[in-house]
Amino acid sequence: MTQTVPTLSHLDWLEAEAIQIMREVAGQCERPALLFSGGKDSICMLRIAEKAFRPAKFPFPLVHIDTGHNYPEVIDFRDRRAAELGERLVVRSLEDSMKRGTIVLKSPDESRNRHQSVTLLETIAEFEFDCLIGGARRDEEKARAKERIFSFRDDFGQWDPKNQRPELWDLYNARVHKGEHMRAFPISNWTELDVWQYIEREKLELPSIYFAHTRPIVRRGNGIVPITDLTPAKAGEEIIDLQVRFRTVGDISCTAPVESDADNIEKIIAETAGTTISERGATRLDDQASEAAMEQRKKEGYF
Amino acid sequence: MTSQHTTEDHGLLRFLTCGSVDDGKSTLIGRLLFDTKAILVDTLTNLERTSQRRGLSSVDLSLLTDGLQAEREQGITIDVAYRYFSTGTRKYIIADAPGHEQYTRNMVTAASTADLAIILVDARRGILTQTRRHAKVCQLMGIPQVVVAINKMDLVNYDPQVFAKLQEEFADVAATIGLESVRYVPMSALEGDMIVDRGDAMRWYEGPTLLEILESAGTSHSETPTHHEVFRMPVQLVCRPQDSANPELHDYRGFMGRISSGMVRPGDEVVALPSGQRSTVTHVEIGGVDLNEGVAEQSVTIRLADEIDISRGDMLAHPDTAPQVVKEAQAMVCWLSETPLDRARTYALRQTTRTVKTKIADIPFRLDINTLAEDATPAQLQMNDIARINLRLAQPICCDAYAQNRGTGAFILIDEATNNTVGAGMLL
Ligand SMILES: Nc1nc2c(ncn2[C@@H]2O[C@H](COP(=O)(O)OP(=O)(O)OP(=O)(O)O)[C@@H](O)[C@H]2O)c(=O)[nH]1
Ligand SMILES: [Mg+2]
Repeated sequence: MTQTVPTLSHLDWLEAEAIQIMREVAGQCERPALLFSGGKDSICMLRIAEKAFRPAKFPFPLVHIDTGHNYPEVIDFRDRRAAELGERLVVRSLEDSMKRGTIVLKSPDESRNRHQSVTLLETIAEFEFDCLIGGARRDEEKARAKERIFSFRDDFGQWDPKNQRPELWDLYNARVHKGEHMRAFPISNWTELDVWQYIEREKLELPSIYFAHTRPIVRRGNGIVPITDLTPAKAGEEIIDLQVRFRTVGDISCTAPVESDADNIEKIIAETAGTTISERGATRLDDQASEAAMEQRKKEGYF
Repeated sequence: MTSQHTTEDHGLLRFLTCGSVDDGKSTLIGRLLFDTKAILVDTLTNLERTSQRRGLSSVDLSLLTDGLQAEREQGITIDVAYRYFSTGTRKYIIADAPGHEQYTRNMVTAASTADLAIILVDARRGILTQTRRHAKVCQLMGIPQVVVAINKMDLVNYDPQVFAKLQEEFADVAATIGLESVRYVPMSALEGDMIVDRGDAMRWYEGPTLLEILESAGTSHSETPTHHEVFRMPVQLVCRPQDSANPELHDYRGFMGRISSGMVRPGDEVVALPSGQRSTVTHVEIGGVDLNEGVAEQSVTIRLADEIDISRGDMLAHPDTAPQVVKEAQAMVCWLSETPLDRARTYALRQTTRTVKTKIADIPFRLDINTLAEDATPAQLQMNDIARINLRLAQPICCDAYAQNRGTGAFILIDEATNNTVGAGMLL
């Protein structure tokens, strides 16, 4: 009777796990939401949500916390994709928190990245969300490598890394009291390479800045800084046009491109498989500040 | 630039490293990642900087997985870290478990999803209480493959007799606790012998390196029975898109879930549990696209020929070998909470997608981890205790023995006051 069944490829397995996690959120939580930024991880999450819930609508709205410092290509893409899917998109912006006085910048050109937590927690309170589904991956950063798939946040939105809920098998426990919430990470076990391979397999459309293009930049330290209104060249720096692509798209002030001529997915996969620098190492201008920068931000309620 | 992207795909293997404090678990993982070139340059530079700042002469590979501030300060692992590497044909998910007794519950978390366990033993210190406890947890959790890594061989002059003696000792422990198919590898995680490279120091060892064992190990998918007869799918959600503008979807009812074992095809007869009603599968689909079949571990949507009443928490199964529907059960449990188990209280029990109220009717015995003997009828269970319990359930569950089916035999206990997960259970 027993017959051999072909091995589930690693992508099929990862996809099946992610679908199960999204469905658990829908099954256990009353008011969940899915964080959608227009970046590559959240684009994969939308495909997973389609596979999890179609032909029905998603049982949650899409939410974006807008720093006001995003690349316009990404914002356009975000709006278009939500419209194509016919799903509700909620955008809350840091500017509103600044007007309310709940975010106070030390200087106008300070990176807004870490302040996202404030607007995020305000949005959670506004809609009484009890679970936020996010596209974070454990391979991104050492604090994330420790986080559960269903990760508990107390009523201040804080993560307590020393006292996480045991998480056994695929029996996820999303129970919370009022005011507390969960974060659920369906693609926890995916690597950057898995994401690109999935994008290729599923033929997912991406914002154009993920592909090699020519852009004015300056070289600063070991890094490449894209020249924009927000990130002008400093006196004496030479602006050059370079072939670059983004590995991650976040706040302009803290996301840098990498030098690359990979102008299609196949080339990006080849580059990713052969790369020697981690995604955040290459592109995040904020995580290197301290050994524990991410852990600290997550404790404060960051994604 | 070489691409690791190949068409050959040997799936995905999940394994954990466990064993007593300081036996070298985190160092071993660091070594595996380092020697398979999975560590990226900037991570390594960071590591070098940190190691130097901490006054270490060489790079401390354990800093790769000990990612929390508190862990780095104390030089120990507190919670599981997950790490990833790929050899081009196979993707690996590693769980680095803490060795400290206090954090055994985090080791249990790591063990629950593993296809293979690496139990480390320090060649100088031999088999300790915590080694035995972890070995027992691996056996209880039904991890199908176990590798005992006799580590720090560099500190015992790579002596084959030390290896032989520890192998013999562990074999006794394995026999006592019922751990099967154990393999042994001598190694030095620090120097990198017998992990990815064989090294020159232990020519007397003729068996496979650790990576060779991992490359040929069975994945959970290949271990799960996949034939029709054991088909089980707990229902996560019922899909009813009636509000859709598309009138064709008006009567659509899909049962969504992840197949825990077996396979299912259109035309198959299935039974819905606990109701016992039968119907025939008309569609197996995903995201509205039809599939020829659904197999174990796949997430699918199933449509049936008849309008029968099924909701979240129910199960679809093959009618000839359907799981039992019970209101009383016996189980082994690992207690995970600082608050002891209280037999006067009611807990929530989650098994598959079903949650029911339960009371612990009896605790026939607790395992003494030092002697592996059974203490009869203990008064209560403390954190990290392993015990046999008898459960009374407010509503029935559809289940198999854990040893037969991990997916339908596992449960967790939830404290309804704190919402914490307080117990991990395996049905007998
Ligand atoms: N000489 C020698 N030292 C080793 C070897 N493997 C690990 N060590 C050292 O043993 C110490 C403990 O190693 P870790 O990897 O942190 O141990 P661990 O098992 O992860 O410890 P916990 O997670 O806290 O239980 C460190 O100082 C390592 O450098 C080895 O093969 N040889
Ligand atoms: Mg460790």
